[in-house]
Amino acid sequence: MKPFRIHTGSVAPLDRANVDTDQIVPKQFLKRIERTGFGQFLFNDWRRQPSGEPDSSFVLNQPRYSRASILVAGKNFGCGSSREHAVWALTDFGFRAVIAPSFADIFANNSAKNGLLTVLLREEEVGDLLGRAADIDNYQLTVDLDRQKVTDQQNFSANFQVDDFLRHCLLEGLDDIDLTLEHQSEIAAYEARHRLAGSARAVFTS
Amino acid sequence: MSGKRTLFEKVWDDHVVCQPAGQLPLLYVDLHLVHEVTSPQAFEGLRVNGRRVRQPLRTFATVDHNVPTTPRGSPITDPVAARQIQALRSNCHEFGVPLFDIDAAEQGIVHVIGPELGLTQPGMTIVCGDSHTSTHGAFGALAFGIGTSEVEHVLATQCLPQKKPKTMLIDIHGSLPEAVTAKDLALGIIGQIRTDGATGHVIEYAGALVRALSMESRMTLCNMTIEAGARAGMVAPDETTFAYVKGRRFAPQEDEWEQAVSRWRALGSDPGATYDKRVRIDASTLSPFVTWGTNPGMVVEITGRVPDLSAFSGEAERRSAERMFEYMALEPGKRVEEINIDRVFIGSCTNSRLEDLREAARVARGHHVHRSVRAMVVPGSQAIKRAAEQEGLDKVFVDAGFEWRESGCSMCLGMNPDILQPGERCASTSNRNFEGRQGRGGRTHLVSPMMAAAAAIAGHFTDVRNWHFH
Repeated sequence: MKPFRIHTGSVAPLDRANVDTDQIVPKQFLKRIERTGFGQFLFNDWRRQPSGEPDSSFVLNQPRYSRASILVAGKNFGCGSSREHAVWALTDFGFRAVIAPSFADIFANNSAKNGLLTVLLREEEVGDLLGRAADIDNYQLTVDLDRQKVTDQQNFSANFQVDDFLRHCLLEGLDDIDLTLEHQSEIAAYEARHRLAGSARAVFTS
Repeated sequence: MSGKRTLFEKVWDDHVVCQPAGQLPLLYVDLHLVHEVTSPQAFEGLRVNGRRVRQPLRTFATVDHNVPTTPRGSPITDPVAARQIQALRSNCHEFGVPLFDIDAAEQGIVHVIGPELGLTQPGMTIVCGDSHTSTHGAFGALAFGIGTSEVEHVLATQCLPQKKPKTMLIDIHGSLPEAVTAKDLALGIIGQIRTDGATGHVIEYAGALVRALSMESRMTLCNMTIEAGARAGMVAPDETTFAYVKGRRFAPQEDEWEQAVSRWRALGSDPGATYDKRVRIDASTLSPFVTWGTNPGMVVEITGRVPDLSAFSGEAERRSAERMFEYMALEPGKRVEEINIDRVFIGSCTNSRLEDLREAARVARGHHVHRSVRAMVVPGSQAIKRAAEQEGLDKVFVDAGFEWRESGCSMCLGMNPDILQPGERCASTSNRNFEGRQGRGGRTHLVSPMMAAAAAIAGHFTDVRNWHFH
């Protein structure tokens, strides 16, 4: 996994609450069997008219936001379907971090596995950032995971919380399957114990 | 610590393999369900890293999201869907995972066939790369949806590092009025606590009303739990649960049954156990609900109206509501019973079980689908389809002008050819009314199976409490 330590980049404001993963990547694009190439489908139904022409009113189609790497959005971002394709679409498009007042649980988990940082800020702080990203040309933020801080050049500064273990994995870019496999003997012991005790046994042998 | 534990805490504690210092607890997964859409990249990850599936016999796969619901045996016309189905087939073969393929007698929606085959059992941990895995919580299992990276993690290790969620009790008393169903109960709850009301929590549904619900109804309730943002929904197992599980193909057999039941009986929350949040619901105050907006929290009673803008506080909420009015092509204040529909979908992991089909058929019997409506019924599994046909439900539907189709996820998410055309309005028994969910530009209203059948016949939403049953 690509590590995340500190990132400075331009900011796109998506001033909507409850952005669901069906919007982030619509279902017609979930049939690929690769992890790559989903960026072109990001927010497809908002970015493109039914004819396929870009919808110029959508934020990511405005030239000033087309190279954004930090997305700021409303609460409950990533709700709905568990599709990790939503995260693959965001990272493939070039996003490194999403800032919102709250995230859906599965989306946050999926992001963590792909080095996409989900930054929780307070609703007022997010509102402030949405305004700045709309008002200030080439508005940039620095997201510092080590110091757990979001700052800009115009005196904005906010701290955010992140789980210690998750932070460690992101900073180091760790593959957590490897970490789990370090506990093979405990897993084997658990399996042996529970098969003997008769609970959670491997009943599926027929 | 009082030592009094909730159902969730008992199942959780029972599955913690270890708690490595500075890391998340490692949770053992008893049952891993797999489907074609969220698994190919996970199997590819195993291949790239030279890993195997740790417990292929705790892993079961089926095809449901992409499969056409036209008669089996007809070719899959979408080459990309066909490739994804073929990928699952070869992955299951390579890694030794049992697969209920498209032509299998067991095929069906993954959350329908798990319980049906007795794979889903009380006290288990169950995961699947699908958010509606919460369905299995109806049996007192801890069941939650995961992403593809986590699918790979479980395939490789049979474990998941998991942050322990908080707990929320939804205590439901009173009884459901006639023609008000578990779907209405679920929509009523989401309407009250909203789509992020349970984020980070596992909900336990308890109370006299829940005890009286059938397993099918409990599954509908737990299925919709994810729409309130919860990690999982659970119901403590009881005699209703045991009667459902007993005798099913993968359920504990005779010599083990009594032992299993006594273990399951001990799972219920201890009296006096505490929860992080509590909500009380009086079921007797509920009506049939219809969603009007583009998230499942936007519910209104069938006798009500699309809300006015003044019902929304705050600028962000108002802008979001305006966007919904526009997308749904509804004017504020419109009476719900005056909303005309073009399509009806009865199916999905929320409402495609035999009980759902019986209720819909009871409404449809002796009536005919409105001339401007196209209505389809998609059973959740081949087993349900056979059972429904045995009791003649297919004939009731077909005589009434409904299409009777093969099993799969179908128009719940429109990954197969069953989709809405732009601008079409649908009464749907599924779980999500997001923009474009059932087809780009399509407008989805979530309802119960009875309400969907009644709307199909009337051509608009109508209060099924006043229905003329034949």
